[in-house]
Amino acid sequence: MSDASAHALEHHEPVTSTGIPNKKVLMWAFLGSDCMFFGTLISTHLIYRKISATVGGNFLDIRDVFDIELTSFSTFILLASSLFMALAVSAIHKGNLKSTRWMLFGTIVFGAIFLACQVYEFTHFVHAPGNELTLSTYRGEPHVFGSTFYVLTGTHGTHVAIGVFWLLGWLAYSFTGKMSTAHALDVEICGLYWHFVDIVWIIIFPVIYLMEYAM
Amino acid sequence: MATESIKYVAPDTENKVKTQVFPRPGQHTTGLVDWLTTIDHKKIGLMYGLTALFFLIIGGIEALLIRSQLWDHNMTVLTNREYNQMFTMHGTTMVFLVIMPLSAAFFNFIMPLQIGARDVAFPRMNTLSLWCFVAGGIILNLSWFFTGGSPAIGWFGYAPLTDTRFAEVIGDMGPDFWVFALQILGVASLLASFNFITTIINMRAPGMTMMRLPLFTWMTLIVSFLIILAFPAITIALVELMFDRTYGTNFFDFLEGGKPHLWQHLFWIFGHPEVYILILPAMGIVSEVIPVFSRKPLFGYGLIVFSGAIIGFMGFAVWSHHMFTTGMGVVATSAFSMLTMLIAIPTGVKIFNWIGTMWGGRIRFDTPMLFALGFITMFMIGGFTGIMHSSVPIDAQHQDSYFVVAHFHYVLIGGALFGLFCGFYFWLPKMTGRMMSEKLGKLVFTLMFIGFNLTFFPMHYLGMIGQPRRTHTYNEGHGFETWNQIATIGAFILGVGIVIGIYQFVNAFFNKKLKPAGKNPWDARTLEWTLSSPVKEYNFARTPIIKARDQAWENTYGPKDNQSEKEPLDDHGVHMPDRSWWPLITALGLFGMCLGMLFHRNIDPSGELVRNYTFAILGGVVMVTGIIMWALEGPGGYHLFPKEDEE
Repeated sequence: MSDASAHALEHHEPVTSTGIPNKKVLMWAFLGSDCMFFGTLISTHLIYRKISATVGGNFLDIRDVFDIELTSFSTFILLASSLFMALAVSAIHKGNLKSTRWMLFGTIVFGAIFLACQVYEFTHFVHAPGNELTLSTYRGEPHVFGSTFYVLTGTHGTHVAIGVFWLLGWLAYSFTGKMSTAHALDVEICGLYWHFVDIVWIIIFPVIYLMEYAM
Repeated sequence: MATESIKYVAPDTENKVKTQVFPRPGQHTTGLVDWLTTIDHKKIGLMYGLTALFFLIIGGIEALLIRSQLWDHNMTVLTNREYNQMFTMHGTTMVFLVIMPLSAAFFNFIMPLQIGARDVAFPRMNTLSLWCFVAGGIILNLSWFFTGGSPAIGWFGYAPLTDTRFAEVIGDMGPDFWVFALQILGVASLLASFNFITTIINMRAPGMTMMRLPLFTWMTLIVSFLIILAFPAITIALVELMFDRTYGTNFFDFLEGGKPHLWQHLFWIFGHPEVYILILPAMGIVSEVIPVFSRKPLFGYGLIVFSGAIIGFMGFAVWSHHMFTTGMGVVATSAFSMLTMLIAIPTGVKIFNWIGTMWGGRIRFDTPMLFALGFITMFMIGGFTGIMHSSVPIDAQHQDSYFVVAHFHYVLIGGALFGLFCGFYFWLPKMTGRMMSEKLGKLVFTLMFIGFNLTFFPMHYLGMIGQPRRTHTYNEGHGFETWNQIATIGAFILGVGIVIGIYQFVNAFFNKKLKPAGKNPWDARTLEWTLSSPVKEYNFARTPIIKARDQAWENTYGPKDNQSEKEPLDDHGVHMPDRSWWPLITALGLFGMCLGMLFHRNIDPSGELVRNYTFAILGGVVMVTGIIMWALEGPGGYHLFPKEDEE
């Protein structure tokens, strides 16, 4: 009997050289690569922040347009979503489908709130009266801040959006009746991605936002 | 009870899928559908190879046009713009559509066989990489047919050449095609590398420890790590450039606060590891071939592995030697100069190891060995001029001269391409089951070796006496003519050699008159040579248990303890995953999305810019649908029941 179940298992998850499932190695390799994506974007922003510190002859004070209360709130929300994600992974490992479903739902809602805040923030920045920050200008003067800021935070937002759709996929799948502990690994990998995207924001928030207030 | 549950019922794919829009091809699919939907790493490898050889001809024609234009002073074969387009397309094609995919062809075909695996870790993702690569190649070459023709910005695409404001032709789309093609090629390379890393780390046969891995597999692993860490830099640079060109951001726009210098940094942070991405696979191939034809184990295996890893690691710390003349300041320039000199050490270690392998060996001069020797000598010349360039004052003299052109062609043709041809002559018998004509092979080597040296050796001198690169012509009176004519003659000889070589490779697949190769025609050393030629679709009937490095050699000549064993036949057979349409459809969606983005801008009659994303969104929807259906269909599969030693 034990032989037979070993065979059946083998069919789904082949034995690997390291003992770590293939999908997990793949996700870790991807996340390593993704570090370099964000690394490049963040350095671009920081380099330009240093060498283009003036706009139209005046010191560039981005605090005039930033809304730090809102961003702090959305940061909190995104970090909190990681808790739901961790609980969802734990629930599916235990085979508790109902709890998995609620925790996935919570992660999705919090991810969506974060995205909504970002959409609001972008719209608000572009139309800030007297302090318009667009892709190519600040207060009507050509500048790089908008370019680096929007492309960096936009790339992060895209990551969050992809994560939300991925989680929605799992939420939908949980209603098909096919979801079981066999999918624990897949949800866990989704969780790896979600936590990574969170960690990136933990770097972006102080470096891009808070540092403006320390100067 | 036990026997009952072991009995495995293969999923009845033929019946289940009839209701779907794209029925999943079953076990016995043949012909075009088989090639379009295959997930077999061997077929994917062959398609990579064939496509890359096709692009080698395209890139070669571009090179010959360049050489024809430089035959004499003030020639008019090409206009200055056409000349710029030619060297841009030649460089981009050769780097991204020839050398990298040729390496990928060998990674795909050979690496899983060398580690005793059934396939790569993610077979369907492997197919997606292939189709993304093909899509990228098509997008790049589509540029010839639209406004402005192909990009004229160099393979490095330096800002502000890519700035829309300075386009020679109004509405020039060339750089846009270049940006999208490179991004989609980046996706292909990244996916393939994630796959190879997972495969090598996780799918080794029992007993195949890391320090028993064949050298070629080691280099595959190192190159894959280089790709996943280096490609993000260029991808982000391309995204920033795309935003500059499409939405008017200022990343590289120096009139509005951007710094063209940043592009150079981002490009070369990718670009220098890329050099090692191009050369390390060839080094891996040569490290396999030299022991076989010297009939000796590789001298200093561990040293070669670690010097390869050190080259990979240090490859990330030398990029600015491409930018010595941009004025980075004394400290940065000196640091990069020193690091560049240091990286010559692990490279030199490898060369000494290859020489040490040959020393005292019984050397056979078959065609693969000739190419391997050609690789070592030619790569050394390229390496020496490389060390010269690590010295800043010398670099400043050589910058933008033909000397640099000579240097990197010695590394990339004399190095990478010779290494890859070496791989073809070595492994094609395994792929086709047939031996190729030694006589013709030696003719190819002679033509390529002579043609190559005739073309590029004079360029050292031409550079020294002042001929600038990337300039479409020269005036009378500089004394450039003679050596340029010799170079042009050499280029045509090289071209003839390559064409005969490609003919020979393709011929090997179809010419039934060629001698059958048998399992191990070269008396070679690694695991793939224990399999029949051509390799059966399931690779290993029984998973081998590895006892030593150079397992095939040990099985023939080694002591009893070193001979490999095999796991018992599995009573539910060898599990084969099913073919799938979704990778191809996902790639088509991505292709459509890129085309949609390329053509989303229009000028309406009143002169206003109109953006229309319909086609791009449509492509995106196809792509996402492909991914979702892919996830839902699962690996599927059927079982094969090979006999005891049918492999």
